[in-house]
Amino acid sequence: MTDPVLDLISKERSARSARHSDVTGVRYLLHMAYIEAHDLAKTYTPKGAPAVHALDGLSLSVPQGTVTALLGPNGAGKTTAVKVLTTLIRPDSGTATIDGIDVQTDGDQIRRMIGVSGQYAAVDENLTGFENLDMIGRLYHLGAKASRRRARELIELFDLTEAQNRPVKGFSGGMRRRIDLAGALVIDPQVLFLDEPTTGLDPRSRLGLWDIITRLVAQGTTVLLTTQYLEEADRLADDIAVIDHGTVIAQGTSDELKSSIGGQRVELSLVSEGDSDAAVAILRSVGTAAPEVSSDRRTLAVTVANGPTALQAVLGQVERDGIRLHDAGMQRPTLDDVFLQLTGHSASADDEKEKAS
Amino acid sequence: MTTAVREPATGAPRAASTASWFSDGWITTRRNLIKIKRVPDILVFTTLQPIMFVLLFSYVYAGSIDIPGSDYKEFIMAGIFAQTVVFGSTYSGSAMAQDLKEGIIDRFRTLPMSPSAVLVGRTNGDLLINGISMLVMIATGLVVGWRVRSSPLEAIAAIALLLLFAYAFSWVMAFIGMSVRSPEVINNVSFLVLFPLTFISNAFVPSENLPTPLRVFAEYNPVSALVQAARELFGNVPPQTPVPDTWTQQNPVLTVLIGIVVLLSVFVPLSIRKFSQISSR
Ligand SMILES: Nc1ncnc2c1ncn2[C@@H]1O[C@H](COP(=O)(O)OP(=O)(O)OP(=O)(O)O)[C@@H](O)[C@H]1O
Ligand SMILES: [Mg+2]
Repeated sequence: MTDPVLDLISKERSARSARHSDVTGVRYLLHMAYIEAHDLAKTYTPKGAPAVHALDGLSLSVPQGTVTALLGPNGAGKTTAVKVLTTLIRPDSGTATIDGIDVQTDGDQIRRMIGVSGQYAAVDENLTGFENLDMIGRLYHLGAKASRRRARELIELFDLTEAQNRPVKGFSGGMRRRIDLAGALVIDPQVLFLDEPTTGLDPRSRLGLWDIITRLVAQGTTVLLTTQYLEEADRLADDIAVIDHGTVIAQGTSDELKSSIGGQRVELSLVSEGDSDAAVAILRSVGTAAPEVSSDRRTLAVTVANGPTALQAVLGQVERDGIRLHDAGMQRPTLDDVFLQLTGHSASADDEKEKAS
Repeated sequence: MTTAVREPATGAPRAASTASWFSDGWITTRRNLIKIKRVPDILVFTTLQPIMFVLLFSYVYAGSIDIPGSDYKEFIMAGIFAQTVVFGSTYSGSAMAQDLKEGIIDRFRTLPMSPSAVLVGRTNGDLLINGISMLVMIATGLVVGWRVRSSPLEAIAAIALLLLFAYAFSWVMAFIGMSVRSPEVINNVSFLVLFPLTFISNAFVPSENLPTPLRVFAEYNPVSALVQAARELFGNVPPQTPVPDTWTQQNPVLTVLIGIVVLLSVFVPLSIRKFSQISSR
């Protein structure tokens, strides 16, 4: 991808909010969002239970050739959103397009350009790994020869050589997952949908998948993935959409999200607890809130508006007061802080099935 | 990792064309053939069970059930054929439910394949299993003394009619399987429904002898029409059988043909529509 294109994409990103209302005219000019969801709603009414608003006015845009991560607690609606975009379910209302093609009315065309790996591995238990991939190739109408060759390549790419001729029934969870992920890459999809792709993978396979995704994106593939792992979103995604109760509550780059929840923190670690009162006074003078003091009174922290300036001021005063430090530093909020702040849940905690209602 | 992540577009994915219901159907049929090969229980069950039925009925009941002017073995074979193939069609129901449970339906539904292909493959699988069962039953029947008393052509028509009816019934079961979604429930329900349907019929005893409510049920039971049609085509109708008083029993072949057309024209489109809306979990 050339720089002008990247430039256009980033311009286009900042114009994101305006775009929903003005869809047609500027589309090609600005490399408009490739995947565009507008105001999607989907309500489930299970028997004898209150209605669940799985999607509640979800809007999303994903620029071409980028990775967007959907991040949200259990039950936020991530899988439902992916299912709508991959033509598996119809929303009650709202629209979604990929490259301008409507997912609801032109499902056939959409299915020719996407690769999908759902949250739960969708594989035939009685077929071998190879047979599963070969069948998928044939059902994409690649032809027998190309299907077989692609299946062999993917078996190698996903490190499944020893397992290729065994029925999937006997596979471990991670191997099954990898066959399913390979199934999403049987064609060279223009858009790749991955719902919690690394859940159940060992660290090595996870890194392998990250590498594959990065290489695909470098070649122009657009990726929409969901993840529970903030590290994964941080590392892979150009853009993160935080979803809760069926709607996007924040979208932006990892950095944008972090700065959106307000500034940075300055932390001091004291040699002697006798200095703590003086240090608290210094931190109070630069902080935007009351300083936090640890129970041993030797670690202090405060949130500040501008990290570097505050840190410089603090260190100057510390020196003048003759306070001795073990450590001093500036910290930016982690994505976990963002998540907690936005959703009220911690992402890493094992949330109960939380439902939007 | 040495392999290219992306595949140069030698074979670009193509949409399902009008011809692809056939080729896609064949691909999914092959999937079911592999399953039959890998899960031998299916084949064992489909071959042993009919053998057992033929032997049980022709040796255990033959002595005590008297069909005027005929041998019970001759009488019973059409009934066993019909019962076996009707039960054979229930695989489509449990298999569709199983596919939903395992999640593979979601994979198929995101591929640009013909929306009928999975169902075509599934019902073809039943057809094959039923074909094998038929051969086994015919062979066993001939061994125990059953004879075709009509022409070979009529015998072939009888076999075709049995298999076609079962094929149409597979589409009904596939629809039920996608609606109920639980393989276990499907199995239990099909036993609960199909046992009365096959036993309260003329399959194993002449329906004239049944108490009135059961007799009425038996006379209008589609399984009775199927059995009667097969019995007529095989030339196994006992000579002293009174002329039946219902139209369906007087014209069993036509009745079954109409039944096949009705079942297929209702449940093929209904199942395909259902398929293009379902998703696992
Ligand atoms: N088929 C369904 N029937 C009833 N409720 C459903 C169905 N599918 C999803 N839901 C409900 O919709 C809500 C959103 O579900 P969804 O699977 O999209 O969440 P998610 O963000 O993917 O969660 P997780 O992180 O656990 O995968 C949940 O409350 C879920 O219980
Ligand atoms: Mg999910």
